[in-house]
Amino acid sequence: MLYRESGQYKTSYTADQAIFPIREDRIGMGIIGVIALAIPFFVSDFFLNAIMTPFLILALAAIGLNILTGYAGQLSLGTGAFMGVGAYSCYKLTTIFPDANIVILVLLSGLFSAGIGVLFGLPSLRIKGLYLAVTTLAAQFFLEWCFIRIPWLYNYNASGAIEVPERRGFGDIILTGPSAAPMTQYFIVLAIVVVVTLAVKNIVRGRIGRQWMMIRDMDIAAELMGVRPLTAKLSAFAVSSYLCGVAGAMFIFFYLGAAEPSAFSITLSFQILFMVILGGLGSLVGSFFGAAFIWGLPIVLRAGFPALGIGIGAETVFHIATMIVGALIIFFLIVEPHGLARLWSLGKEKLRVWPFPYG
Amino acid sequence: MDFLYSILIDPFVQMVELPDFFLQVLWEGFVAGVLYALIALGFVLIFKASGVFNFAQGIMVVFAGLTLVGLHEKGVPAYLALILTIGVMGVLALAVERFVMRPLVNQPDIILLMSTIGLTYFLVGFGEFVFGGEPKQMITEELGLPTGSTAFEIGDGGLLILQHIDIAAAVIAIIMVGCLAVFFNKTRIGRALRAVADDHQAALSVGISLNQIWAIVWFAAGIVALTTGIMWGARSDVSFALEIIAFKALPVLILGGFTSIPGAIVGGLIIGIGEKIGEIYWGPLVGGGIESWLAYMIALIFLLFRPQGLFGERIIERV
Repeated sequence: MLYRESGQYKTSYTADQAIFPIREDRIGMGIIGVIALAIPFFVSDFFLNAIMTPFLILALAAIGLNILTGYAGQLSLGTGAFMGVGAYSCYKLTTIFPDANIVILVLLSGLFSAGIGVLFGLPSLRIKGLYLAVTTLAAQFFLEWCFIRIPWLYNYNASGAIEVPERRGFGDIILTGPSAAPMTQYFIVLAIVVVVTLAVKNIVRGRIGRQWMMIRDMDIAAELMGVRPLTAKLSAFAVSSYLCGVAGAMFIFFYLGAAEPSAFSITLSFQILFMVILGGLGSLVGSFFGAAFIWGLPIVLRAGFPALGIGIGAETVFHIATMIVGALIIFFLIVEPHGLARLWSLGKEKLRVWPFPYG
Repeated sequence: MDFLYSILIDPFVQMVELPDFFLQVLWEGFVAGVLYALIALGFVLIFKASGVFNFAQGIMVVFAGLTLVGLHEKGVPAYLALILTIGVMGVLALAVERFVMRPLVNQPDIILLMSTIGLTYFLVGFGEFVFGGEPKQMITEELGLPTGSTAFEIGDGGLLILQHIDIAAAVIAIIMVGCLAVFFNKTRIGRALRAVADDHQAALSVGISLNQIWAIVWFAAGIVALTTGIMWGARSDVSFALEIIAFKALPVLILGGFTSIPGAIVGGLIIGIGEKIGEIYWGPLVGGGIESWLAYMIALIFLLFRPQGLFGERIIERV
């Protein structure tokens, strides 16, 4: 009843090909947009800083990996390291150009990550599947080693970690550093994520995105039809690493505030891979679902046990949370291998014909 | 010129000048290689029989070791604890088959891979929940494994020190590979396993139970994991840090081929020895610690020339 597109006629090709061709979807997106803009005024700084901001950043990283794994079909286990490249290059950029606006530097730092990504994507021209996973694993461990062993990257700090300096912009507002307001950081992250996601959505439905999907579905056929695997695969690596790099830079500058090399370990790579798989391979909205699920679940579990009156130590709660996350991942893979995005579209199908069982 | 000298000539000069040290490095690499090979063996077993790339093998090693030590700490005699641990691995195998593999049959590879990563998370949480997160001492002496070391004199005054536990590890690994080879080639179940590995549907149609076979392979992988856990635990401690080391099994498999048991052994030895020698002789040139990625780089370069591995079947898809 509420969600029914009958009667909405498209009179032009442009209208038919719009990102949200159905009126109800546009209304829904509008509501989500209003909520996203209003949320900082109703929740505590802690909620904003510990849940919302990292959720958006990780969703962007998940979109990055989704481009590579979901759209272009190249399995990667090096996402964490590519995020690290973004973070470290942003740190170096802001050291060299202290007066430049940090938002621009964050967006630029993704380019370095893209370069490294293309470099490690070269083996994908010859191998695929699990073999490719091993080469991305090489990227992960090699880059992690670089973050530790090349002191130039962290400005020869004694601690070996990077500390985010205070940077102002947009008329003297503190954007980064310990004294930045969580609300400011949330809005910057929101703006970047929204703009980039829109751009990605258009890339994915456009010529390049369709080439990626052809390569994923059947590479030989794609090649016969004139898709060059070289450009298609490497562009997927470039775009994916760019997004991961931007996400990594934001992760440090707008969320963590300081980072040791271990922040970009293989655990992070796996976490993001989980977001992509649980959210749904080849689905942008799924990346957001996956990020919300993987990032939110441990927090909910940790808050949930004490709330239920089960008095156990923080350590134990953490262990149980890990266990439940693992079990839930398996459970989700069994009941819905296509991820939360599939559940979402099934739900929409049901809504279309509601209150009838089928229409 | 200096730089080239330090890369191309100096390490070899060092090797010749201090032969006892070189042999020691070689031996260390050999032992590490044996342990990599054992982990890789667990991967190969499961990959052969079900096409599942089992990321959880590393955590199964830790889990088996922890169970053994944990039971002993609770006051169970060492040998009884060993038997009980084998039982626990059996239960784990049955549970994995029933609750993970069976519902996921015929899913794409990446889904199966993800499920084993999910299993890893589960086992990490479960292990820490039951046994605590801190490293534990392996009960080497209680299990009757040798401790101590023997020193050999080499050349003029050089010393080569062999830990007895390392020798034991190598011997046990060899026995284990022998047993597995006999098991795969001579027994009824072993033949069934190979049939399943070749073709699931054909195996089913001649009356081989896939579920049974999978439970058996996971159990066999569990036993391999337990052995690895004991050996590795005796060298350092039983801790969750071992999990990272388990990733080394991947380059080992690339080198050896995903489906070959001898390949796992040879690949393990090449990686083990190669990375120790690289670390000792070439590592200082770039600041050390290259052990963490050298294995992957070796595998990466190897992939470009021989993608099917040393002994693998030529099935790799290329574009």
